[in-house]
Amino acid sequence: MRIRCPHCGERDRREFTWMGAALERPGGSWGEEMHAYVFLRENPAGPLAELWHHDPCGAMVRAVRDTRTHEMIEPGDAP
Amino acid sequence: MRLATGGMIDRETQLSFRFDGRIVHAHPGDTVASALLASGIRLVGRSFKYHRPRGILTAGSEEPNALLTVGKGPGREPNVRATVQEVWDGLETQSQNRWPALSLDLMAVNDLASPFFGAGFYYKTFMWPRKAWEALYEPVIRRAAGLGALHRDPGPGEDEKAFAFCDLLVVGGGPAGLMAALAAGRAGARVILAEEDTRLGGRLLAEREHVGGQPGAEWAASVAAELAAMPNVRIMTRTAVTGAYDGGTYGALERVGAHLAPEADRPRYAFWRITAKRAVLAAGALERAMTFSGNDRPGVMMASAVRAYLNRWAVAPGKEVAIFGTGRAARATAEQLLDAGVTVTGLIDPDPGAREAQDYPVFPGGHVIGTHGRQGLSLVKISHGLVEQNIRADCLATAGGWNPQVNIACHQGARPVWDAERAAFLPPEGSVPGLTPAGSANGTFSTAACLTEGWRAGAIAAEDMGHKAPAADLPEAEEEAGATPASWVYEGPGRAWLDFQNDVTTKDVKQSAAEGFSAPEHMKRYTTQGMATDQGKMSNVNALSVLAAATGVAGGPAGTTTYRPPYVPVPISAMGAGARGSGFAPIRRSASDAAVRERGAPMVEAGLWYRASYFPRAGEKTWREACDREVRMVRHKVGVCDVSTLGKIDVQGPDAAAFLDFVYTGAMSTLKTGRVRYGLMLREDGYVMDDGTCARLGDSHYLITTTTAAAGQVMQHFDMVAQVLRPDLDVTFTSVTEAWAQFAVAGPQARVLLRTLMEDDTPLQIPFMGVTDARVMGVPGRLFRISFSGELGFEVAVPVAYGAALWRLIVAQAESLGGGAYGMEALNVLRVEKGFITHAEIDGRATAGDIGLGSMMSTRKDYIGRAAAEREGLTDPGRERLVGLKPVDGARLTAGGFLFSRGAAAERVNAEGYVTSACHSATLGRDIALAFLKRGPERIGEVVRFVDHLRGTDVLCLVCEPTFIDPAGGRMRA
Repeated sequence: MRIRCPHCGERDRREFTWMGAALERPGGSWGEEMHAYVFLRENPAGPLAELWHHDPCGAMVRAVRDTRTHEMIEPGDAP
Repeated sequence: MRLATGGMIDRETQLSFRFDGRIVHAHPGDTVASALLASGIRLVGRSFKYHRPRGILTAGSEEPNALLTVGKGPGREPNVRATVQEVWDGLETQSQNRWPALSLDLMAVNDLASPFFGAGFYYKTFMWPRKAWEALYEPVIRRAAGLGALHRDPGPGEDEKAFAFCDLLVVGGGPAGLMAALAAGRAGARVILAEEDTRLGGRLLAEREHVGGQPGAEWAASVAAELAAMPNVRIMTRTAVTGAYDGGTYGALERVGAHLAPEADRPRYAFWRITAKRAVLAAGALERAMTFSGNDRPGVMMASAVRAYLNRWAVAPGKEVAIFGTGRAARATAEQLLDAGVTVTGLIDPDPGAREAQDYPVFPGGHVIGTHGRQGLSLVKISHGLVEQNIRADCLATAGGWNPQVNIACHQGARPVWDAERAAFLPPEGSVPGLTPAGSANGTFSTAACLTEGWRAGAIAAEDMGHKAPAADLPEAEEEAGATPASWVYEGPGRAWLDFQNDVTTKDVKQSAAEGFSAPEHMKRYTTQGMATDQGKMSNVNALSVLAAATGVAGGPAGTTTYRPPYVPVPISAMGAGARGSGFAPIRRSASDAAVRERGAPMVEAGLWYRASYFPRAGEKTWREACDREVRMVRHKVGVCDVSTLGKIDVQGPDAAAFLDFVYTGAMSTLKTGRVRYGLMLREDGYVMDDGTCARLGDSHYLITTTTAAAGQVMQHFDMVAQVLRPDLDVTFTSVTEAWAQFAVAGPQARVLLRTLMEDDTPLQIPFMGVTDARVMGVPGRLFRISFSGELGFEVAVPVAYGAALWRLIVAQAESLGGGAYGMEALNVLRVEKGFITHAEIDGRATAGDIGLGSMMSTRKDYIGRAAAEREGLTDPGRERLVGLKPVDGARLTAGGFLFSRGAAAERVNAEGYVTSACHSATLGRDIALAFLKRGPERIGEVVRFVDHLRGTDVLCLVCEPTFIDPAGGRMRA
């Protein structure tokens, strides 16, 4: 699998750490929103926006991956 | 038998190798298989289950029978296909799965018992009694069944892994692959042409076809020469592409030294990861086996292999050869055999309209119903019309049509499609992005069409990538595609074999269907069809045909099983190359490393770092003696410990304070310059992630430390916070772990020691939890007044280049004061005595409250984990919380033991906590421990029961505060 780092170009997946789904942090006190942010995840068969840490350069890459094909649809800078 | 002329072998040079101890002669260019056949050896192995005698079936990597062990000792390699292994002088080969000898295999009694060993036999027979499985059945089965065995010791030498990038990867160097590479190469694309054979040409090397007016092999050599001269083309022979992975990544196995005598530093294999923008799958087709009774007898061989041995290796696989098949393949085989002086005893052609031939008998509408010969074929029993008759033959060439090698096109989940007209599975369209099948892998069987399709695929790929395709340049070639027999399964009275490696017969597949395992995937698992090292290359289509017939499906095989990489077996040593022993992970050494090892200190791993465990001195017999001495040294004199391995992150920027406020539970914005604060970081779910110190070096400049093991995780966390959660903050940070050597100096004499290293002792006047710049032996460094031992303590940091020198000096000074270096064992005892936590306590399940640090959770700001930490379950006073333990009668305590109320049975349901850290306190002269105990702080003074089921300990302990010495902290502040 190949992922495009906005700073380093296309690199092998093994240079990256998967950081989970790209979500908006609601902040504030514990409630349904924070509960959903911490624990609830969509599991789509299709496009999923996620974050990948490019370990050599430290960039957090936001990428949309098709979970069925591993096609990286739109990689770019986080957030 | 070797023919007098012909073949692509170097007859001038003689080689010899051993097969089961017997010397066999060969020439350069020979494979073990061609040399064995040249010497008239037909029996080369025994089958997996029934120990049936087996011979060479094919001439390529698909070979299911002729598996040998190559080499001797730890470097030997099992299950090497004789059809792939090239001969080198002195090569040692052994047949497998026989005892005591290949020709007299006592385990062949299994074959007599075969009526009891059918499909599902294991599942039905060895179920009861359950206990007998491990003790009796499995060991017996393992001894009786199997292929070659690995040596128990690691082999000498290492395999390699390698990476390559290209515009176009061409898989296979036959007619289609050569043309694809030529078109793309002439267009200027960067091309890798991977071919698993030793030379380019594919079937042209084995046939007597002409291409462009030249013999096929010569034409292939001329194209290979043109490609080799192109700087943008890389030819990789002996390289089998093994799999197609996501994003245009392909795996490939290169035989770098497997065909040569072993030599130091020459790997046997290299595993390649090739990244390609486009790929052309020109992997060719394999001849389909014919399924009939007794089809596994040594001497039965693919007709394509017979022609390959004749033409490429100048070997006649028999003296009297019969042929079973139809069309051009069968006729060409007969003619070439006759031309080589071999007697053709009959062509058994299933086509009732097959024409007669002048030089050999033809049996139109015939098929084989059985074979005879004890360890090799002598008679073929056939049926044609209403007649049954025996034909003399020591070799039977079978031509059952062709199976396109669609595997690579199916590696991303798609299944091939059955094409009834061509009677073959074809690659699915568009399943592997960027990959185009061409030639016979795509069901295009004539040489002329293969050339056209290959050229087209290469030209289109080049154009796709912005190159201008060159004008088509297609040589003349054979236009006839050959024929496939109407059927390739002819069952007779005896067993007809499908999977030769796993001994699966047509009867097994039918039984599977009859017992309800009628889907291809179920049939595969029930019968083990296609599960051997050849992954069903020679048998799946036939087995699926039998299954379709058995389940009443018309029009060809009903679906397939899943195709998975690798296409050919890949040694684990190649896939994991470089990761053996210390190659498995990088080693990080701190500045004191050399000096520490000189002292004979045993090292312990901490993440990738190696740290001294203890520093043994003359007369000390155990680690405990050294550890106890080092603890007393720190408590009474002075000790020195290398703490450079702790993660150090330099944080700067106008919003550095706000950033740290957001990642720590405590406020770092209120910290004064020149001061240090202990900090806790939580995960977003409210549990403790890591702890460490945070020093403020300036208004917008901090230096934080992490634990050794969590340094990488914290750095990644910081990237996440800075770039994703708080991009509004103007902050930057970098890891400086490796820039600084840092040593803890602890004990009552710490100040005295440090004074000897500094011209000016004002830095030593800093208060507890202070930080200052300091010149150490004239070198600009830093001095922290922090303590992980509970004694008066400093940490002195210098640029790492000065670390080794400073360590030697500082240890010498400590020794002159009656102290010395201390290691991880003593460091652990010192911190347990003080109740300081490590990752033994913050193991991912502890809250700040659990470790008694609830007061560090600021209520005046938002920070990561704050909201989740407020949840009821995380603030419940009934949680397991940190306490100290002292055994009532001085017994030994061990980490991992469980705590129970006095009088409660020591069972899981009654467990009230567990011990996280335990040690012998040299200071107190007894064992002590840190533990998590339900409602712990409320139970100080209570006696609880400690049980370590693993070590058989069961003692009473007094619950106490988790600080065993100097609870007020007067020593640290001295």
